[in-house]
Amino acid sequence: MVSKKFKRVDLIFECKGCEPISVVKKALQMTPDEVISSIIESGLRGRGGAGFPTGMKWKFAKEEKSNDKYVICNADEGEPGTFKDREILDIVPNKVLSGMAICAYAIGAKEGIIYLRGEYNFLLKPLNETIDKFNNSLSKIGLDFAVYIRSGSGAYICGEETALFESMEGMRGEPRNKPPFPTKIGYNGKPTVINNVETLVYTAMIINIGVDEFKKLGTNDSRGSKVFSVSGDTPKAGIHELELGLNVADFVKEFGDGDTKAVQVGGASGFCVPRKQFNETIIGFEGIPTGGSMMVFNSTRSMYNILNDYLEFFAEESCGQCTPCRIGTQQLIKGIAAVKKGDMPSDYLDQLMKLTDTMKIASKCGLGQSVANSFSSIVTNFREEMIY
Amino acid sequence: MANTEKLVEQLVTKHGVCRNSLLPVLQGVVKEEHFLSDVAMIAIAKALDLSSADVYGTASFYSFLDTEFRGENIIRICKTITCKMKGKQKIVEVLEDHLKIKEGETTRNGKFTMLAANCLGWCHKGPVMLVNDDVYPELDPEEVVEIIEKYC
Ligand SMILES: Cc1cc2nc3c(=O)[nH]c(=O)nc-3n(C[C@H](O)[C@H](O)[C@H](O)COP(=O)(O)O)c2cc1C
Ligand code: SF4
Repeated sequence: MVSKKFKRVDLIFECKGCEPISVVKKALQMTPDEVISSIIESGLRGRGGAGFPTGMKWKFAKEEKSNDKYVICNADEGEPGTFKDREILDIVPNKVLSGMAICAYAIGAKEGIIYLRGEYNFLLKPLNETIDKFNNSLSKIGLDFAVYIRSGSGAYICGEETALFESMEGMRGEPRNKPPFPTKIGYNGKPTVINNVETLVYTAMIINIGVDEFKKLGTNDSRGSKVFSVSGDTPKAGIHELELGLNVADFVKEFGDGDTKAVQVGGASGFCVPRKQFNETIIGFEGIPTGGSMMVFNSTRSMYNILNDYLEFFAEESCGQCTPCRIGTQQLIKGIAAVKKGDMPSDYLDQLMKLTDTMKIASKCGLGQSVANSFSSIVTNFREEMIY
Repeated sequence: MANTEKLVEQLVTKHGVCRNSLLPVLQGVVKEEHFLSDVAMIAIAKALDLSSADVYGTASFYSFLDTEFRGENIIRICKTITCKMKGKQKIVEVLEDHLKIKEGETTRNGKFTMLAANCLGWCHKGPVMLVNDDVYPELDPEEVVEIIEKYC
């Protein structure tokens, strides 16, 4: 498979289209169905991790008959190594709100909610001021839609869409079974579109620059560009918007420190790519998808410590509803420690990998299901570091 | 009426008597009192017509809704791998030394509680900590004490 060249893009943070309302007005000149077909045709897929086609999600929600529908902006950003949603909400909040309003117009929703993680409470004041102005302008142009914020309280799992609804309904943030999907039964049991912060901005930009312009970027499977949060052993830590479809080698050429041993693509729930796979690994839905977290590690880092850190994260953030995830995460921590200490033989690692396979099949939500990603990619590629 | 009960009453009036208000009400109490006392949880249960066990069960799910005593100022230091790589351990040591407490503990005068937190979303500018809602990225062991002094 051919990868795209490294290319910087500036759709999210550039200020064309930041003017509140102008892009919403543009959408209002189209019919809701035209808006939805534009988003479908653009090929945009969710930027929160799972990559569901955004236009299809909107279409399903539009088809539901209900007087109450919701548009929710998922700003619970908790994946280790991700910080782009905070920056987007800080710098271009009007673009996020415009995306929400366009979605509301398309599906017929009157209420919009931003679920902001508690760790970002310092954004509440400026964001609320922006929202007040935005809501005002919306009512001036005659769109019956208003946005408000709900705060999280320090639980990563509440970023999972159905756990997020539970949390807003005053419950423990425990994911629900799917189906039914949120577009049918979401917040308060009503049809709901929930999108990531960045996804919403891209919907507004697609309306602003047009489908064709957007489609010029990226590959067949991964249209457009993406905001990457780059951290770790890199001289260029920070936020970078890049065309999708580049390979890890080109990424490392730009962001590595000359001694890069591995890149963790997609945070703790993503995959660890070792140097020998840099060339063949495409960053995107045809390769390794990412919510944007890119952690770069050089040869001074212990992959054992890194894996242990991820596992502790999962063990703490597991909601505890299902046994494979609740107990599995704890057993994995004990298991790798036992191998490292020599209490268990090295082939015990294979048994642990089987455990993660079971967790993948038997866990209810993406948290338990994705532990296998980092576990097997680190254990397979850095086995000697797990043992000695 | 005791202060806590008055606070709960105000919050419930503001957010409405329904289950959906539970988190905003709990958050409102934590904002003023730094943690959820039994008195607060019982008052909330009564006001929202829930069992107090249900209120406790919900609150205890969330790491920012503490049900144990917390100091006036809560320090949360990011412990995720990228902040570790950028030297968060040194920050913890300086604070432990200055405040004479370990991570997870509260100072005797009740001014500070120091906790470890999962990724705070500043990996490019680690190490980072929150003091209450205020964020301090790119921490330097030399200046962290100065920051804390502002809250004394
Ligand atoms: C454990 C877990 C945590 C998640 N955290 C987030 C998050 O912080 N932000 C986010 O946008 N999506 C998160 N998601 C994905 C959401 O469930 C959902 O797919 C997403 O918000 C949909 O938006 P999108 O289609 O625009 O990506 C998480 C999923 C799981 C399983
Ligand atoms: S997989 Fe883990 S986090 Fe998800 S529902 Fe099950 S126990 Fe909860």
